[in-house]
Amino acid sequence: MSAASAIRVSQLVKRYKTSKTNAVDGVSFEVSRGEIFGLLGPNGAGKTTTIGVLTTSILPTAGSAALMGVDIARDPIAAKRRIAVVPQQSNLDRSLKVREILTFHAAYHGISRKQREARASQLLGDLGLGDRQNEKVNRYSGGMAQRLMIARALMHEPDVLFLDEPTNNLDPQSRLFLWERIHELNAHGLTILLTTHDMDEADKLCHRIAIMDQGKILVNDTSAGLKKMIPDGTALEVRVHAGAEKREEIATALQAIPGVAKVEARDGDAESLTYRIQANSADTLIGPVAQAVLATGAEVRDLSVKQPSLEEVFISLTGRHLR
Amino acid sequence: MLAAKAFLAILRRDLVVTGREFVPFLMQALMQPMFFLFIFGKVLPGIGLADPHLATLMLPGIVALTGMIAAMQGVTLPLVLDLGFAREIDDRLLAPLPVWCVVLEKVLFGAMRGAIASSVIFPLGRWILGDGFVVRPDRIPALIGMVILTALVGSTIGLLMGTIIKPEQISLMFTLIFTPLLFTGCTYYPWGALDNIRWFQILTLLNPLTYCSEGLRYAMVPPIGGRPFPTLPLDWILLALCVSVVVMFLAGNRTFYRRVVT
Repeated sequence: MSAASAIRVSQLVKRYKTSKTNAVDGVSFEVSRGEIFGLLGPNGAGKTTTIGVLTTSILPTAGSAALMGVDIARDPIAAKRRIAVVPQQSNLDRSLKVREILTFHAAYHGISRKQREARASQLLGDLGLGDRQNEKVNRYSGGMAQRLMIARALMHEPDVLFLDEPTNNLDPQSRLFLWERIHELNAHGLTILLTTHDMDEADKLCHRIAIMDQGKILVNDTSAGLKKMIPDGTALEVRVHAGAEKREEIATALQAIPGVAKVEARDGDAESLTYRIQANSADTLIGPVAQAVLATGAEVRDLSVKQPSLEEVFISLTGRHLR
Repeated sequence: MLAAKAFLAILRRDLVVTGREFVPFLMQALMQPMFFLFIFGKVLPGIGLADPHLATLMLPGIVALTGMIAAMQGVTLPLVLDLGFAREIDDRLLAPLPVWCVVLEKVLFGAMRGAIASSVIFPLGRWILGDGFVVRPDRIPALIGMVILTALVGSTIGLLMGTIIKPEQISLMFTLIFTPLLFTGCTYYPWGALDNIRWFQILTLLNPLTYCSEGLRYAMVPPIGGRPFPTLPLDWILLALCVSVVVMFLAGNRTFYRRVVT
């Protein structure tokens, strides 16, 4: 294991007593310090079970998991000191006031009164909860409860933060707010592992993404790397102002450009037409495509590079839609 | 060291929460014993339907029952809800201490509640029973010891129940467990007086509350007619109670662990 790894999971297997199949089935991956790593997959893929093992609430059937160099099964207490967990559903202590939820959490981690009060004030401010710190959480909306759970998680300054489906059930505004916070925290050096079934979220947040399905990791790469897995996955779309008589000529000219795999005409009307040009690296063809169109005497109205979505990657890997 | 700090912080959390609801807690714990003392200690002897000594013999049983139930309730109900769906305990389970320490804290906290509820019976009894309130003054250390032990018995039983019962079964289980516990625990009658109903006398020995009630009778009931009041032997009482505490704690700790670490 390299010194820089925050998480290392090796051949992890979990089978629940009542189940005939493995919930996690031989999963291995490594997360570097300071990385945002995403486990992406449909419900039941084994993401939450993997997080459970890493956060000491689930014992592995086989394989091992280490956190900042500590074997989790062997020394769960040392692991607990270094992690924080934001679960899918609120588990906030409803008997306590908002501020106390933070200060007691810090006290559980042995942080002195002075430090925990200071940190609570700071985090309540940062997360926009300062005005309502003496309420109980019953009156909190889903988004506020989520923010409070994040504040709580940060109270003991963990090395690794686990976010299980962090933006599930959040309104778009809260989701954006959360994404910004996650980027900010990561910029300060926090390692983050998150699970999601939201392709867009994985794409926007994660440095690397492992796609999980039926207990296995299918692929593990950067978002860009994953998208390259689809052959001729990138495309250029060019909208051309041209009469019907020129359209065949333009298609032939585009098809003749070296590197072009396929040209498709779509969305046409009397005056203009869009061509979708599939290629392995479509972004390098912007110049040649524009020139080819102009050479026919037609006008270019719009030109854009289309990346494949992670959704398409998932479909191409499993043959199924994510949801 | 860190585990000890975490343990104390978790205990403080429970004390803060209970402190805020101290009056409701006392009302919940004391309403039933108050009426029992009044009806059985005052009304029935007053209209000639019960022996005037009944109050003296029943008071230790009421102290035992009140302490035990307050301790059980302090552990069972929060655990059933927490493990069932609220999961509020997760934050404490992620604190840097072994899981059994979280369990131990629950038990000690429940026992504190039980011991407080038991203690309040004394001024309450004095107020309701007036001259009928009789407690021997020479066994105060034994009395304190029995109050604490009774509370621990209650909180460890509460632990096991809280880790077994599912939220949807709460009301059924309370009836199925509390009612027999209540009536076979020698609360309202001394064990020795059951000689005539031998099978029932033996049955009561299966209930830990019997030993609590008898132990408190040993510590509280003064000699009647110059003769010490007969109870179960003290060494048997202590043995039974210690076995109950240890067995219930170990069993409850085991089921708790299975509920939170799968």
